[in-house]
Amino acid sequence: MDLQTLWFVAVAVLWTGFLLLEGFDFGVAALLPVLGRRRADRHLMLRTIGPVWDGNEVWLITAAGAVFAAFPGWYATWLPALYLPFVLVLLGLIVRAVAFEWRHSSHDPRWDAAWTRVITGGSVVAAAGVGAALGATTLGLPIDGDGTRVGGAFAGLSWSAALGAAAVLGYSLVHGALFLALKTDGPVRLRARAFALLWSPLAALPLLAWAGLVQLRSGTAVTGALWGVAALAVVVTWTRVRLDREGQAFAGWATVLLASAATLFGAAFPVVVPSTIDPAFDVTIAEAAVSDYTLTVMTWVAAVGLPVVLAYQVWTYWVFRRRLTAGPAHGEDPAQVTA
Amino acid sequence: MDVLDIARWQFGITTVYHFLMVPLTIGLGVLVAVMHTMWVRTGKPEWLRMTRFWGRVYLINFVLGVATGLVQEFQFGLAWSEYSRFVGDVFGSLLAMEALLAFFLESTFLGLWIFGWGRIPKKLHLASLWAAVIGSIVSAYFIIAANSWMQHPVGVTLADDGRPRQVDFLAVLTNNTALAAFSHAIVAALMVAGALLVGIGLYQLRRRALAGRPDTDVDHTVWRRSVRLGGFVSLAAFALVALTGDWQGKLMYHQQPLKMSSAEALCETAAPAPFSIFAWGKLGSNECDDVHSYTVPALLSFLAHGDFSTAVPGVNELQAEYSAVYGATYPDDPSFGDRAGQPIDYTPVLAVTYWSFRLMIGMGAVSAGVAAYALWATRRGRVPRSRIGVYGSLLAVGAPFAANAAGWIFTEMGRQPFVVYPNPDVPVGEQVYFFTAQAVSPGVTAAEVWTSLISLGLLYGALAVVELFLLVRLVRRGVTTGDTTPTPPAVGSADRDDDDPRPGDDRADDDVLSFAY
Ligand code: HDD
Ligand code: HEM
Ligand code: HEM
Repeated sequence: MDLQTLWFVAVAVLWTGFLLLEGFDFGVAALLPVLGRRRADRHLMLRTIGPVWDGNEVWLITAAGAVFAAFPGWYATWLPALYLPFVLVLLGLIVRAVAFEWRHSSHDPRWDAAWTRVITGGSVVAAAGVGAALGATTLGLPIDGDGTRVGGAFAGLSWSAALGAAAVLGYSLVHGALFLALKTDGPVRLRARAFALLWSPLAALPLLAWAGLVQLRSGTAVTGALWGVAALAVVVTWTRVRLDREGQAFAGWATVLLASAATLFGAAFPVVVPSTIDPAFDVTIAEAAVSDYTLTVMTWVAAVGLPVVLAYQVWTYWVFRRRLTAGPAHGEDPAQVTA
Repeated sequence: MDVLDIARWQFGITTVYHFLMVPLTIGLGVLVAVMHTMWVRTGKPEWLRMTRFWGRVYLINFVLGVATGLVQEFQFGLAWSEYSRFVGDVFGSLLAMEALLAFFLESTFLGLWIFGWGRIPKKLHLASLWAAVIGSIVSAYFIIAANSWMQHPVGVTLADDGRPRQVDFLAVLTNNTALAAFSHAIVAALMVAGALLVGIGLYQLRRRALAGRPDTDVDHTVWRRSVRLGGFVSLAAFALVALTGDWQGKLMYHQQPLKMSSAEALCETAAPAPFSIFAWGKLGSNECDDVHSYTVPALLSFLAHGDFSTAVPGVNELQAEYSAVYGATYPDDPSFGDRAGQPIDYTPVLAVTYWSFRLMIGMGAVSAGVAAYALWATRRGRVPRSRIGVYGSLLAVGAPFAANAAGWIFTEMGRQPFVVYPNPDVPVGEQVYFFTAQAVSPGVTAAEVWTSLISLGLLYGALAVVELFLLVRLVRRGVTTGDTTPTPPAVGSADRDDDDPRPGDDRADDDVLSFAY
């Protein structure tokens, strides 16, 4: 595999890792008003993602950084073309981050309730916005031969952006529910399971449609088969939820994402930003990439750095692996309560 | 204003804002890790209480640093896409490495530290804080290496397409500009943390003394030790800031002579060159000859070259030199937008470079003075009761923040009109350089950039208000009783709010560190 292809794969892996990890904390946040009927439930839900959301968010930073590092032509075409949606994502991520931290710094229930709503709102906006951006980068943006957007501020927002937004949001909602079913006990767990049972088939539709469209446009037999795996995994997930096998359901739903993302990136390859104006203006990896020297340097750094990062991230999940239940009283040893 | 001007304001505002949080994260992170280490080694309760109080301040600040850093990461692509294309071969990889090698470390291990109280072994818990702190420092290194490459591009050749090609990654990492700027920025960050410990410590000591609280209990020790630690750190850091700053100044005279001569309002070449103490000019004029200044003879020659006689080139001469080499007008090319064919002013805004340089040094000196006062006023167990002294120190917490912002404004605005400054060690025809006027995203409309500037500006303003409110409340409350237990009851008490809030039970207030999710 040449270096440009390798880095295309690396970028695909980073975006997929981001959707897989941040997907469930987006989902948990979005489900706060749906599954968290009591305040204690909402606190419990937030505790499941408390130690990990920031680490998950770094996947986004690294994914964006890797696009810039390996394919500056992609970065410099994609971001300005979708200027306002990206700004919206940033606004959502900012308010969400501070709300995680600030909501528990007052005893006033209204303070807490307000920041909890901010977490939900910010997460929904960010998930939809990232989805819109990814949808547009696989289905096409109105760019000319220089990679410059034509048609004004809203030209990048088309049905493909809406489809991407629905796909990521829908995926995250069910992903968050399955994560809660896995990580909590009590009424939240039951409600989360019921939610996943009801919504998983529907929530997967936009994602399958998006991957299917890219597959129809430029897919190969292999990516077609991967699409089939994704569709099958939806069915498997649903049956596992029905049987209350939470771990298997979670793995099944993760497979939906992995297979869809593999279809999407695999079918889009080697185009990174298709032009809706003229296919001759498509930005490909060869046009967008940096020199082989720089790619080689980055390959070495990533080969050493990435396994270490993965190891300690897995370890953190292991440290916080216990199921959580709604709050103990004052003075109880938390280790016993959460055991 | 056109897109370029709005984008510059946006970058300046958001970056300076980000850099209010950054030095506190770096400096306080190191100090909290030291406190935590002392607690693990000695088991003394005051160290635990210090760790938990200052740890809370650290965390409240950290999150805002994360939130505003996100904007930075995307801004290069959003508003500066031509810049991103141009520097792509070098710049993006440094950002990506920062994320991979530093941000993961920071965020993952900080999560472990926050939630790990009483859950993971004591030493491992301490090690996670150190890992997070080292992550912050590594992040500073990579981002400053990226910034320094713009100030002084090394390790590249000029390719046929007019863009730099990286040929020597190690040269980029060991850029002397980067090493100097990194060491300067780290010690400047320690000044911020030191000033905070001094100001808040003195305030609490005086308050307790006036309220007649004992000066023998553990909380007295907490504040006293905070003041002493902060004072020593500030003074030592100020000495190092001056040393590293001098290193930067000498490099700059070689690499960006116009920045330094503008900072000194030195119009005509002089040997020996004087150092300006105070200068004033005609409003609205950027002509060097309109500036008058009071000077100290020969000092500038020393700053620039280490002796009291060598000539230092003046702004007028340098402006002519640069016009001759890089052109008197921008090329008549659409990539320069409205500025195509316009004359180029190689002199940065004189008033800004001149005063930001003085503000940086002056505010640092103020902070060092306050630290010396605090150490003197608390000598041998004394508690200062002077209202002016204590409130003055509290006010002076802002000084090193201002110095840091001024330092960056000086560095960044002083390199105009270039966004990538030509490296003088490379023959003229092979130099890599890029004008700011070319850097902005071509397809983006002014309305879009206004929208983001206004929405980010309003949001940042609101966040500043809440953050200050929370910090002030935390500081007034001080250390609380729950902090003597190493495993705070807090970790599990997520739902304290659902029990009856017990007024006066300040255990309930203690769980900030453990993030009561
Ligand atoms: C001297 C150090 C320094 C400088 C010049 C900058 N930053 Fe920064 N940044 C940090 C030092 C730092 C830090 C200390 O590592 C932070 C502050 C608070 C934090 O959480 O990490 C951080 C946070 C932070 C984050 C969030 C990381 C996370 O989620 O954990 C991002 C994406 C950036 N920064 C990106 C940037 C970019 C693109 C900059 C250039 C314009 C920049 N920073 C300037
Ligand atoms: C890797 C680090 C950095 C990079 C790559 C960078 C890059 C840039 C770019 C591209 C611009 C816009 C072009 C211009 O107007 O000059 C800019 C402007 C600016 N930056 Fe930086 N910067 C970095 C760090 C910082 C930091 C940490 C600060 C201070 C907190 C800062 C302060 C400013 C200011 C004040 C401006 C506005 C200058 C002006 O408009 O003339 N920069 N910088
Ligand atoms: C005491 C004497 C000081 C001297 C001689 C000095 C010198 C300098 C110089 C020459 C630069 C410009 C570097 C460039 O443009 O390439 C700079 C930048 C800077 N200074 Fe200072 N400085 C001093 C004090 C301080 C203090 C007290 C602080 C903050 C507490 C500070 C914070 C900064 C920062 C954040 C920058 C920009 C980042 C960097 O280039 O490191 N400096 N300083």
